[in-house]
Parts: sequence; C-alpha cells; structure tokens
Amino acid sequence: MDTILEAVDLCKVYGNGTAANRHVDFAVRPGEIHGLVGENGAGKSTLMKIVYGEESPSSGTLLLDGRPVRFGSSRDAIAAGIGMVHQHFMLVPSLSLAENLVLGSEPRKKSGMYDLEEAVRITQSLSDKYNLKVTPRARVVDVSVSMRQKLEILKTLYRGARILILDEPTAVLTPQETDELFVELKDLRDKGHTIIFISHKLGEVFELCDRVTVMRDGAMIATHDSGDVDRQTISNEMVGREVRLTVDKKAASPGASALDVRDLSYVDDFGITMVDRVSFSLREGEVLGVVGVDGNGQSELVRILTGSAATLTGSVRKRGTDITNATPRRIRRAGIAHVAEDRMTVGTALPASIADNLLADRYSAPEYTGGGFLRRSAMAAAAGDIVKRFDIRCSSPGQPVASLSGGNMQKVVIGREFTAAADVLIVSQPTRGVDIGAIEFIHRTILSMRDAGKAILLVSSDLGEVLTLSDSLVVMHSGRIVAYFPDASAVTDKELGLFMLGVKRQDETEIRKVLHG
Amino acid sequence: MDKHLKKRGLAGKMAMFFTDRDALEPALVTLFAALFSLLAGVGLIFLVSKEPSQSVRNFLLGPFLRTYNIYYMMIAMVPLTFTGLALCIIYQSKHMSLIVDSSFYIGAVVATAIGVNLSLPAGVHPLVAMLAAGTVGGLIGLLPAILKIRWRANELVSSLMLNYVFYFVGSFVILYFLRDRNQTILSSLPFKQTFLLPRLVPNTQLHAGFIIAAAFVVLVSIFLYRTKWGFEIRLIGANQKFAAYAGLSVPTVILYSHFVSGFLGGVGGAIEMAGLYKAFIWQMNPSYAWDGVIVAMLARKNPKFVPLSAFFLAYMRVGADFMSRRGDVAFEFITLLQGMIILILASDKIVNYFKARRLKRTALATSSKSAVAAGGL
Amino acid sequence: MLDFIAGVFGSSNYWFIVVRSTAPILLVTLGAVITEQAGIKNMALEGSMLWAALVGVLASAATGSAWIGLLAGMAAGVAIALVLGIFALKLDANAVLVGVALNLLSTGGTVFTLFSITGDKGISSSLASKTLPVIRIPFLADVPWLGKVLSGQNFIIYVSIVAVIVVHVILNKMTIGRRIRATGENVDAARAAGIDPNRIKFFTLVVSGMLAGLAGCFLSMGYTSNFTSGISAGRGYVANAAQVVAGGTAVGSIFAALIFGITDAMATFLQNVGLPPELIQALPYAVTIVGFIVVTLIRDKREAARKLRLFSRGAGR
Repeated sequence: MDTILEAVDLCKVYGNGTAANRHVDFAVRPGEIHGLVGENGAGKSTLMKIVYGEESPSSGTLLLDGRPVRFGSSRDAIAAGIGMVHQHFMLVPSLSLAENLVLGSEPRKKSGMYDLEEAVRITQSLSDKYNLKVTPRARVVDVSVSMRQKLEILKTLYRGARILILDEPTAVLTPQETDELFVELKDLRDKGHTIIFISHKLGEVFELCDRVTVMRDGAMIATHDSGDVDRQTISNEMVGREVRLTVDKKAASPGASALDVRDLSYVDDFGITMVDRVSFSLREGEVLGVVGVDGNGQSELVRILTGSAATLTGSVRKRGTDITNATPRRIRRAGIAHVAEDRMTVGTALPASIADNLLADRYSAPEYTGGGFLRRSAMAAAAGDIVKRFDIRCSSPGQPVASLSGGNMQKVVIGREFTAAADVLIVSQPTRGVDIGAIEFIHRTILSMRDAGKAILLVSSDLGEVLTLSDSLVVMHSGRIVAYFPDASAVTDKELGLFMLGVKRQDETEIRKVLHG
Repeated sequence: MDKHLKKRGLAGKMAMFFTDRDALEPALVTLFAALFSLLAGVGLIFLVSKEPSQSVRNFLLGPFLRTYNIYYMMIAMVPLTFTGLALCIIYQSKHMSLIVDSSFYIGAVVATAIGVNLSLPAGVHPLVAMLAAGTVGGLIGLLPAILKIRWRANELVSSLMLNYVFYFVGSFVILYFLRDRNQTILSSLPFKQTFLLPRLVPNTQLHAGFIIAAAFVVLVSIFLYRTKWGFEIRLIGANQKFAAYAGLSVPTVILYSHFVSGFLGGVGGAIEMAGLYKAFIWQMNPSYAWDGVIVAMLARKNPKFVPLSAFFLAYMRVGADFMSRRGDVAFEFITLLQGMIILILASDKIVNYFKARRLKRTALATSSKSAVAAGGL
Repeated sequence: MLDFIAGVFGSSNYWFIVVRSTAPILLVTLGAVITEQAGIKNMALEGSMLWAALVGVLASAATGSAWIGLLAGMAAGVAIALVLGIFALKLDANAVLVGVALNLLSTGGTVFTLFSITGDKGISSSLASKTLPVIRIPFLADVPWLGKVLSGQNFIIYVSIVAVIVVHVILNKMTIGRRIRATGENVDAARAAGIDPNRIKFFTLVVSGMLAGLAGCFLSMGYTSNFTSGISAGRGYVANAAQVVAGGTAVGSIFAALIFGITDAMATFLQNVGLPPELIQALPYAVTIVGFIVVTLIRDKREAARKLRLFSRGAGR
C-alpha cells in the first residue's frame, strides 16, 4: 500500500550527546489514524519534532508522498501540509483564540495592517465547519483546557494540514472530553486527513487507531494493524521487560500519623486549578502511593508539600508542627526529605561534584563544618561512604554529576535523600529513565526505609512501580483525590484505571478514610 | 581520565589538566581571547596611528622597557585584583551586579573622610579606613540584591543606575564636607601622614596595598573553596533551584555574597586612596569594576587565577598608557580590546566549540538507555 | 521654598525643559519595550546611544548635513544592536553580558575614535558639526503657555511622539506585533506557528537600535551641539528599568519617561534654591528605581488577587 509519510533510517543526536532517535524507520498511510506508542523518553516526541521540522535529523531521510523532503523549520513542514498539536499547548496566553489561530499566517487589511475581524471570522467558520466549538474573542488564559486543545487542532487545519500529529492529546482531558475528541478525530479522518496519534494509553490507541507503531529507547520496535494484535504484545514491546517486579515485601505495620495534609489547593499560571482541596495523612512505616495520569496534580501536590509552590487553602502539619507554605529549608529541618521528580533541573547541581551534591543538605552540620570552615576530609569520607553504599559508579566523588549516566545520577539523589536525617520521605518518580539494575536497588532501598519506620509518600507515573511498592494508595484525577485503597495489593489495574481516568469516584466517606480519624 | 586521578602531586595534577579536555579547552579559549585582543589592538593601532610600528612596540613591550613601568603594572594590579575578586564572588553565584563600582568609589570616599578627619596611629589608621570602607561598600553591595530578591529587579540594571546615584552622592560628600578650598582643581583636604600605606620599594609608588591584595587573593580563595559560605555561593551558582531544594536559604546567600563582594570593593577603594594618593583627587569615577568583569572572566571565576588576569589587564593598561603618552593613539583604545575579550568569553558557542564537536562525534556511537533518559525527552 | 516649587511647576519654561529631557529617555525606553516584548534584553542601548551621538556629529561635520548625520548616527545605533543580536542569538552568549561588553567598548571606543579624529578626548567642539532644526508649530505656537511648552522644540522631540505612535502601531496594529508578543511570551508557540524567533528578535533589535540612535543624535545634535564623552549618562540603563514601569506598552513609556524627565528638569531649577546640584543629579536615577518598585508592588498584588479569583470561580476544569 502507498505511504504518505515515511522516515528512513532516521537518527537524532542532541548537543549534549543524547541519542534520541536511532535508525528509525516509520511509515504512515494516507487517511489512517496511526498510533505511536512508547514510554516516556522512547523518542516519540523527537521523531515527531523531526517530522514537523522543529528538529533536523542528524542523519537519515524523510519522505513525503514518496519524495525526500528536508524541513529547515516548522514553517516548511506546515507548507508541506503537516500540522502538530503539542503536548504542552503552543498558545500565547494573553492573545485571543482568534489571534492564536492565525498566528504565523495572519489575515491583513488592504492597508497591510493586522485584520482582527477577519481572524475572528475565520476562526468562527472553521469552528463551525469541523464542529470544534471555540469562542474566538476570548483570551486563551480565560478558556478551558479542552477548548485550548480544540483551538490547537483548528490551528493546524487553518494552515491546510493534511497530516495531523497529536502528542498525548488526552492527558489533560476529562473522559467526556476525550470521547468528544475521538469522535472529532474520526470525523477528520473520514474527511480525508491523516492523523498520527501519540499516546501511552493503550486503551485509547486501540479504540481510535487503525495501525499502531511501538518505539522504545529511541528505536522502532514494530508496526501492527490494531485489529491483529493484543494489548499484551504491545505492552511487552513498549516496556521490554515485565511490568510487575517481584520484591520481597514484608507486611506493613503502620504507626502514628507523621504528615497531615488538609485541603491543599493550587492554581497554575494559566488559571487552571491543578490541586483541588486535597487531604490525606501519611503514617510512619507505610508507603502511600499516589497514582494518576500525568498532569492530574501529582507534581503540584509534591511541590506544595516540599515548599516550591504555595497552597491557596488548607494546611500541612508534620507531627503537629505547622509547615504550611514553609520554605524548603524549614521543611527539611522539620525532617522531611524529598526525591525530586526531575534530577536534571532540581535534584542535582550538574556542574558541581558528586560529593557536593551528596552533602548539599547537611554540609553545615557540625561533623562537616567547624567555625565556618569545611572539614574536607570528613566530607570526602562521608561522600565516599554514600557512593559505596548506593553503588554510584564513578571514578571519584570529585567528578561533576553531569558526567554520570542517568541511573547513577538518580542514585546520587536517592543516596542523599535516603541518608538525610528525616523520618518522612517524599519520593517522586524514583526510577524514571533508570536502568533495570538501579531500579531494583532503589525499590529495595525504599522498602527497607519503610521497614525502618519512615513514612513514605510515593508518586510515580510507572503504575507497576507504585503497585509493587505501596501499602496503600490514593488516586488523583483533575487535582482531586478520587479514591483511597487501604490495601494496595487488593486493587486490580482495571479498577484503578477507572478511577485514574475519572470514570469512577469513591464516595466521600471512603476517601476520608485516608485521614485515619 | 580515571587513571590520572590517582596520580598525586603537582606533576599528577598537571598531567590531569592536560588530559582532561573539559578543563583544558576552555582554558585555551581564554588564552586565545587574550591573545586575540592584543592582536586586534595591533590592527587598530595600524589603522589610526601615523607611526604604527613605534606605537605597537610601546604598547606591547613598553611595560617591560622601563623599570618604573614594571612598578606601574604592579600598582595597577591592586585595584584590578580587588574588583576582580569581588566579581568572582558575584559570578560564582551566577549574578551580574556591577554595584562593586559604587562600593569601590564610595569606599574611597569613606577612606578619604577617615584619612582627613581622624587622628590615629600609623598602621591602625589605614586599617580602620579599610574596615569602614569595606563595611560601607558591603552595605551598598546589598542594595541590588535586595531589589532583586524583594522586587525581582534585574540586578545589573539596578546596579548600573545605583552607580550613578552613588557617584553623585560621593562627589557631593567630597565637595561639601572634605573639599580643600585652597586648591583650584577638585581635591579633598590632604590625608594625615598616619593614613598613608608604607612604600615597598623606595622612590617608587609601589605600596603595601600590593601585599594586602595578595593576601586577599588567598583569603577569597579560602572563603570560596574552604568555608561553608563559599560552598553555598558555589552551590547556588551551580544550580539555584537545586540549592533551594537542598535547603539553602537562597536569598540569604545572595545577600551575603553581595555584601562580601561589596566589602572587597570598598577595601580596594580605601587601599587605592591610602596607597597611591595624598588626597582624593579623582575628577571622575575610575570605574575599575568594569575591568573587574574582565579580570574575573579571564580567571574563569576562580580567585586563584585573579593575579594572573589582573596582571594581564595591568599590562594592557600600562602598555596603552605608555603608548598614548608617546604617540597618537588614545589610551581608551584598550576598552575596545576589553569589550572583545568579554564578547568572546561570553559566547558559549565559542568557548564550548571543541566540546560540542567531540560530543557530536561520540554520541551516535553510544546507545545506552541511560543516555537517552538523561536527555529528558 | 514651596512657593518657589509651585512657581516652577506653573512655568512654561520648566515644562519646556521637561519635554526636552523626556524625549531622549522616551525614545530609548520604547527601544527597551519592543525588545523586551520579544523576549530579549537589550542592555546595549547605552552603547547604541553613544555611538549614534558620536557618528552623528562626525557625519554631519563631514558632509555639512545634519540629516546625513542623523541617518549615519541611527545606522551606528543599529549596528551595535545587531552585534548584540549576533552574539546573543547566534553564538549563545548571555545577552546581558554582551550588553556589558558593548557598553564598556562604546564608552572608551567613542572617546578613542573622537581622539583619533580630532585629537581631543572630551568634546567634539573642534568639528563643525550641525544641529537638527528647531520646529515652530503654526497655530500651536500662538496658544498661550502651551505654545511655549510644545512649540519651538527640536525636530527629534516631535519624532519621539511619532515614535510612540509607530511602536504602538507595530505592537498592536501590525501582524508583526502579534508575532513579537508570541515570541516573548511563549517562544515555542511562535516557533510552532512557523515564526522564526530569531528573526523577530533581530527585527526588534534593529528598531531599538534606530530609536537609541535617534536619542543619541538628539543628545549631540539638539540637546547640546557637541559630542562629549559619556554623553548618554546612563539613559540606556534607565530605559531598561523604565521599560518595566511602562508595562511593556508604547503609551506607558510616555509616563515612565516623564518620571525621569520631570526629575531631570527639576535638577536645573532646584539648583537655584541652593540645593546641591550633585544630589539633584542623582535624583532621576533614584526616582526611576523607586518607580520600578512601586509598579512591581502593584502588579504583584493584582496577580495574587487574580489567582484567588480564578480559584474561587473554579475556572479551568
């Protein structure tokens, strides 16, 4: 069968030396909805950025309608009939929807000036034609997320896109909005458009796509007709290892409440309520897992708890000490350690040495500082000790963290936080982008901390990980806790999925059990 | 590089330096920037001078042709060392404030007030002046930091405007409280004899400030690399978000790093007065802070290398001064060269040119999962 | 004293000077506004002004035409802005540091150039440079008081009013204005829409260079009739603070520049009351900083209130 878009032996290496796409072959047929699946960091986004001209390939060819093309910028890709809806919306908040729609190819008056009225008219008529409802004159800051997404799709259509790339479009939508979107997308396909649908939610892919391609570690794994393949196959191809990990896990014996969180709320810069009156209690000797589709307020909740964002309402108390909207410094002093979700920008200081990174939270303690002077031998010894205990592979603790591999970098973060003088651990994405050996080590360490009586809040987008490690679970959807499971082992993936996707919600009394009286 | 780390002693360190390309290449680029600026200077001289070869000779060799020029270089190194050290601290914390200019200038004014008005024993007198000038300089240094922390004002913009404010305030103080009305040109009353720093070499102007500056190089090195405050400053410079996350009070660190930096500027101003002059006779602000930017950048923010880069800048200044006195090229031409140095060293693409090329070559070959993840796709 | 100040504020003479002092700062502030809107900080405005002031004088003396001087001066202003663009946008240099380098290079470089040509370091008075004409506006000139303030000003003063309109039109009425805002507010969105952010940034740099060039030429060919070393006196830096006070709009720039202009003009008058001129000279810079603080305070309050409102309304989801 003919192809409309084809990538042949495509490679992409970033300036920092990361190989994001390795020898990728990928073909899309005209008039199909083609799913592109893979874990975070599998290289889907990079591939699509190349197709859309935002990145240029390091080597390899891109064929459009059978002819080789080379896009210098997204402008070329747009001209060739390719449109993209990014995961993070590419909108200008202070401009109106109509102004955003026409951005880059604006209507002009005869005088050459910007024609706002024409922009509004165009937006309205496109909105009517494709049945994607938007209010052209409203500013982007003032409209809902799903309307912003509709606007993004309209933007590509306005630019004459024949091929639409949608990067995880459902991540921010409610189930009803998702259903609505699928109807609209199928309608677009029937009108002759080709759609590439990037996702890591298999259910959606099977529901919507004609064919599906799997990527892993920057390489192409396989392409299937979605009718001829089952979820297990795709899932295995995506992760390349068993999802459920086996760990030796004793039964938990939770003690008193160590962290009491009540009624937290957070509104982001776009005016979206990301955390909506969240309450729970975290007990010592338990791992409380927080699950949810990425972008449902988990990150923001952690940011509030760890002092990098302020809550609008409610309170946080650690064993009675009020730490609501306290600085990270005070929160750490109160005995809370935190594995940050992003080790590159927050969890480490890349240019600084491994030793400096390991001791950054405790250098001022008397064993490392006397009269203001650093006790460098004590520091070196302590750092060397952590390096050994946490098996950080390096030539010396004086080496900059930037030179470490992802797994070892994460061990630096874990090594610091798990040796901190803290009895509450807030652990975010502890194994994201980490090799399998390190994952097992980190998992074992988390459980041994629990057995030592620490209270652990675990947030991870790796569902298998949360289910493996947690004693009890809360599910977040749209910024709210929608379910609480006191026994994590008694929950099935299926049931969890319903809560995560917002299909089901426990009643208030069930949820309130997480407050433990 | 792993093998070399085990080697001990200076030879081992040297060997490591020359094999560690991440350290070697930027150092070479720095050297290149310095040499390039001299070369550009030669070009400029040929462009404007009627006797270019004579002027080039005076510019490049002049500093070594006369013994007194060698002393001039050493004298010129003193203020450059102080502002250079001050800006090393600011740059280590990844800030941009140029308020050191005010700290230096007001430091000189404060020292003048003390040098003119107080009667103290020799030795104590300049010391008191240095401490007072340093304290005032440090307090001035705090202002852009406060404006940044409290109202997110860009510290460079606010410091540049404050520099005008303090320049006018400083001249006001000199004119209204310290002026010698018997002089036709603007001058303060003469300093007390006890205020003056001793000369290191008789019949030259080389003063004890040179030793004090050397001592401060050591002190600031220790401060930055051996104390917990230096640790904090370097940490917020390495990654401010990380520092806050690790529990540092970032505002506090910004505040005292600016104070220390301003303190150094103030001390530098006081030493300049006590070492070189008999009265305050600056008709305008000598603006050593701008030279300090280059000193700090050439030293790659490391106080250890400040004497070296201060020497290079002093060499340029004395050479340019010598040349301008004996020819038709204005002294100010060195600011063109200085600007060029900053432009080159500020350009990541130039400084990291070799590194980027190396990475590109090796990256396609490597294919570990962790490398992919590290890119944060 | 109070009577004196009241007298000053009522006098057309004072307001004439206010207008004169405001115009150059207004022009550079517009330049800072337009680049900041595109998301690039032009710290080299000071350098642009200095070179424009010098080149304007040199070119007018060489050709005998103030107009050619003005064009050459503006070209010099643009050249400096472009150098900033090349280093910051093409060579990944820190834009602020590039600005520092260019200002240093300009402060000394203009003196060096002046000396190489005239043999004088301080002032260009040995050159027969021209000044830009003073314009008498018919009818307006005859209006009592107002005529004395607004008519009979230098050509550039009127250009600065036009510049406000031009920048306003660029930002709000022209296609490129939306693209500038997109580039500054969400550079990824701009790129995704096929806009080349660097081209937009270069465009704004060129405009800011022209505006700073106009301001520089005014200083040496209108405000005074010579180039003197350091003639821009930090106005390029003030513009970067005034830009914040202006709230990123062309019209706001008028108010921001007036804060500086009013205090700057006051300096001339307050000296007559016996206040020390040095302290008064420091005033415009100090007042600009205070203006900055006040505006930031107000904005922070508003933003906090907006968020709380959004939450209680339950906007979004």
